[in-house]
Amino acid sequence: MVEYNDLIFEISRPGRVGYSLPKSDVESVDLQEKLPKHLIRDEEEAADLPEVSELQLVRHYTALSNKNHGIDNGFYPLGSCTMKYNPKINEDIARLPGFSRIHPYQQAETTQGAFELLYNLQEELAVITGMDAISLQPSAGAQGEWTGLMMVRAYHEQKGESRNKVLVPDSAHGTNPASASVAGFDTATIPSDENGLVDLEELKKHVDSDTAALMLTNPNTLGLFETEIEEIAKVVHDAGGLLYYDGANANAILGKTTPGAMGFDIVHLNLHKTFTTPHGGGGPGAGPVGVKEDLIPYLPVPRIEKDGESYVLNSDYPLSIGRVKGYHGNFGILVRAYTYIRTMGAEGLSEVSEGAVLHANYLRKRLEEHFESPYKQLCKHEFVLSGSRQKKLGVRTLDMAKRLLDFGYHPPTIYFPLNVEEGLMIEPTETESKETMDAFADAMIQIAKEVEENPGIVLEAPHTTVVGRLDEVQAARKPIVRYTKEKDAQKKKDTVKA
Amino acid sequence: MTNTYRYLPDTKQDQKEMLDFLNVSSVEELFADIPSSIRVKGGLDIPEADPEPVLVKKLNKLADRNINVDQYPTFLGAGTYDHYIPSVVDHMISRSEFYTAYTPYQPEISQGELQGMFEFQTMVCELTGMDVANSSMYDGFTSLAEAASLAVASKKRSKVLVSRGVHPESRAILNTNAKGQGYSVEEVSLDTDITDLKQLKSQLDKDTAAVIIQYPNFFGSIEDLAEIKEYAKEQGALFIVSANPLALALLQSPGKLGADMVVGDMQPLGIPMAFGGPHCGYFAVNKKFMRKIPGRIVGETNDEQGNRGFVLTLQAREQHIRRDKATSNICSNQALNALASSICMSALGKQGIRKMAQQNFEKADYTAKVLQSKGFTVINKSAFFNEFVIELPRPAKEVNERLLDLGIIGGYDLGEAYGNDKQMLIAVTEQRSKEEIDKFVELLEAVVNG
Repeated sequence: MVEYNDLIFEISRPGRVGYSLPKSDVESVDLQEKLPKHLIRDEEEAADLPEVSELQLVRHYTALSNKNHGIDNGFYPLGSCTMKYNPKINEDIARLPGFSRIHPYQQAETTQGAFELLYNLQEELAVITGMDAISLQPSAGAQGEWTGLMMVRAYHEQKGESRNKVLVPDSAHGTNPASASVAGFDTATIPSDENGLVDLEELKKHVDSDTAALMLTNPNTLGLFETEIEEIAKVVHDAGGLLYYDGANANAILGKTTPGAMGFDIVHLNLHKTFTTPHGGGGPGAGPVGVKEDLIPYLPVPRIEKDGESYVLNSDYPLSIGRVKGYHGNFGILVRAYTYIRTMGAEGLSEVSEGAVLHANYLRKRLEEHFESPYKQLCKHEFVLSGSRQKKLGVRTLDMAKRLLDFGYHPPTIYFPLNVEEGLMIEPTETESKETMDAFADAMIQIAKEVEENPGIVLEAPHTTVVGRLDEVQAARKPIVRYTKEKDAQKKKDTVKA
Repeated sequence: MTNTYRYLPDTKQDQKEMLDFLNVSSVEELFADIPSSIRVKGGLDIPEADPEPVLVKKLNKLADRNINVDQYPTFLGAGTYDHYIPSVVDHMISRSEFYTAYTPYQPEISQGELQGMFEFQTMVCELTGMDVANSSMYDGFTSLAEAASLAVASKKRSKVLVSRGVHPESRAILNTNAKGQGYSVEEVSLDTDITDLKQLKSQLDKDTAAVIIQYPNFFGSIEDLAEIKEYAKEQGALFIVSANPLALALLQSPGKLGADMVVGDMQPLGIPMAFGGPHCGYFAVNKKFMRKIPGRIVGETNDEQGNRGFVLTLQAREQHIRRDKATSNICSNQALNALASSICMSALGKQGIRKMAQQNFEKADYTAKVLQSKGFTVINKSAFFNEFVIELPRPAKEVNERLLDLGIIGGYDLGEAYGNDKQMLIAVTEQRSKEEIDKFVELLEAVVNG
């Protein structure tokens, strides 16, 4: 393959075009006659966008895609992110003109199909989570968290209570405390016990009349089910607090239990995890929130409702926290998730969680002898190993992750959760075959052996990627966050001199 | 397990081998840690699964119940626009190496995505005239609320002033956000179609963290940013501009006119309307705020051999490091749509984007002129980009209903958001032909007189 390392700006040549617009069929307008000079951007000040032909454009982005690993390329056991197969039919349906070429402000009678889909999705997500009502507005998990916490705030305020504390376990994802903070709460951290579960005694010490809510994932971030969840819920509820369910790990419980049954009051789901919508290199996702009856008045507006045979938007909820996201949420993502749920049905979703849990337990057992496995009980959809044994031999988890790249795998999530030393968080998902997991386990075991016998090969990894390990310290100290022509010219001059 | 689901690969034999290896007799045993008191009994009560061909038919039918803008020409804008999207855009973002990847945590196997985001950041900087842009936000509206939060935090002042020329949904989200962050939001009224500068001046004080203006504003009018900047500066307030990136092809960049932060949505450049989302927020700042900007940023660096490469950088701002002290809680963004937008901007290029923007100017101008010649009142006193407001003799809602019967999706009814149900915001992009415009005017005339 021809090596290609250019930026799109570096292949640009004045005069090339990659578009085709019809000639204007109306009278031309001179901006000078319309606007004061200082508000006009003339030719010399034009935004310096690249000028390329269509084929150059295609080759450029194809070359970039070839430097990227996605689920379709290979195994991607990134714990907590649920990198499962993203079905092709979802993409086709989201691109139907009746879904992709409609405007959010069209009269409701012209978009009844879209509203029906959203309404049905709300209904089905309510069943799946055991909640009484759903809002599809939030665009991502973090925004769902914030939305949920704003409802917690409104709920307590309405009761005339001022509660300022949100409790999060030490294994929680960083967005939990960050969302609590953005919603105006202080956070307190609850330590885990030796089994990796919420320490009930510690929780009791922290829960008081200032507690607004406890945020929890279940199974938790270590992939372990909080078996005392009913007791946890009771402790928080008895003190007048609410229970918030972070749905990041919902892939383990579909059709088995629901956050509602566990005692949670508010839930968010990450549709880009459990419900197969693509992660898109970082997004877009969607983070619907569900609530129990008591919290329905606080849901974001507008809400999508059914009025007789037609679907309508209703903003008449005076206690609502208001709007959290433009229009109807990330509709295109919601279409994909709905397509998936309709593909699987109740039985299929239940089999999804069975597969996810079977795979995680199987893979953990295959690796347990070779890596420290801090928690021994059953795991759910993911598990966390520790690289502490290898660290003693001078090889860190980061090195092993880089070595995995040479085998063609995306490494697991590393150094998370924060309460496991040299953590490796592995989530195989239900869509991977046994052969894939076996081959991955073999690679991990080989790396563990290399650490003992030939650590250099691990420490210097990766050996096969388009670039080697990158200097992240330099990137942060002397940030270059955009391309500039001047710099490029200077570099070329330097090269000529050299 | 039944092996009837095409996304689930386990055969009975696979399952047996794994269960034997685990020394358990059934998958059910693996769920023994979930107390029976909280188990779902009898399965989830949702409709059964649909086989692929059946589902495709059903969902096509549902999609067909919507009227799309290829069937009926639309004059709706108000923040989401029907623009030309080169075919190449969807083809490129449909490469699954892009769309099935996650956040580029492992840069060695994510150089494609990282470079794509670096290029996106550069293009946003070029259009906005700012020093630094992140790799995207959820949408333009939430991006604006984040900018307000950042302004409040960095100025340690407790009030933001937002013009009523800013999108109503944007202001709604700003208000929700302010409740959590504990700052107050004051609206600045309009002088017909642009921000009332006298009002603005009287509301600005030493407790004002930021002034927020939309450019062009919700009524399509082009605000004089230079003048507003002067007022904000006098009181030491930051200047936040929410801008349509397509308009910036022809309008002086907010950066040059003194903006401290520029936010907005890339939807006009390469992103389908899709009933309002997913679109793609952008967030650009001057150098001063580089280490405080929310969201993911890609930076250039080198590997050990000196090869150029790209990484996520300045991560000390973010929630996974700073937790409750982070500048924002954002984690996932809209990377794939940012990529779509970069591809669209590259296809249009330096000249194409100006041509497209010029056509928007001209078509809106033409439509307004024809309407005026038929006796309609255009309320905009200032120059406008691709939208303007007209006064109707009867409620816009009724007019739109009649237009719909005649096969046209009319403009945005300003009744709910601005309390004037006889005003309509009309958007005319390059997608509307002269023929469609003339027909629209003709029908509008017939409807209001009929």
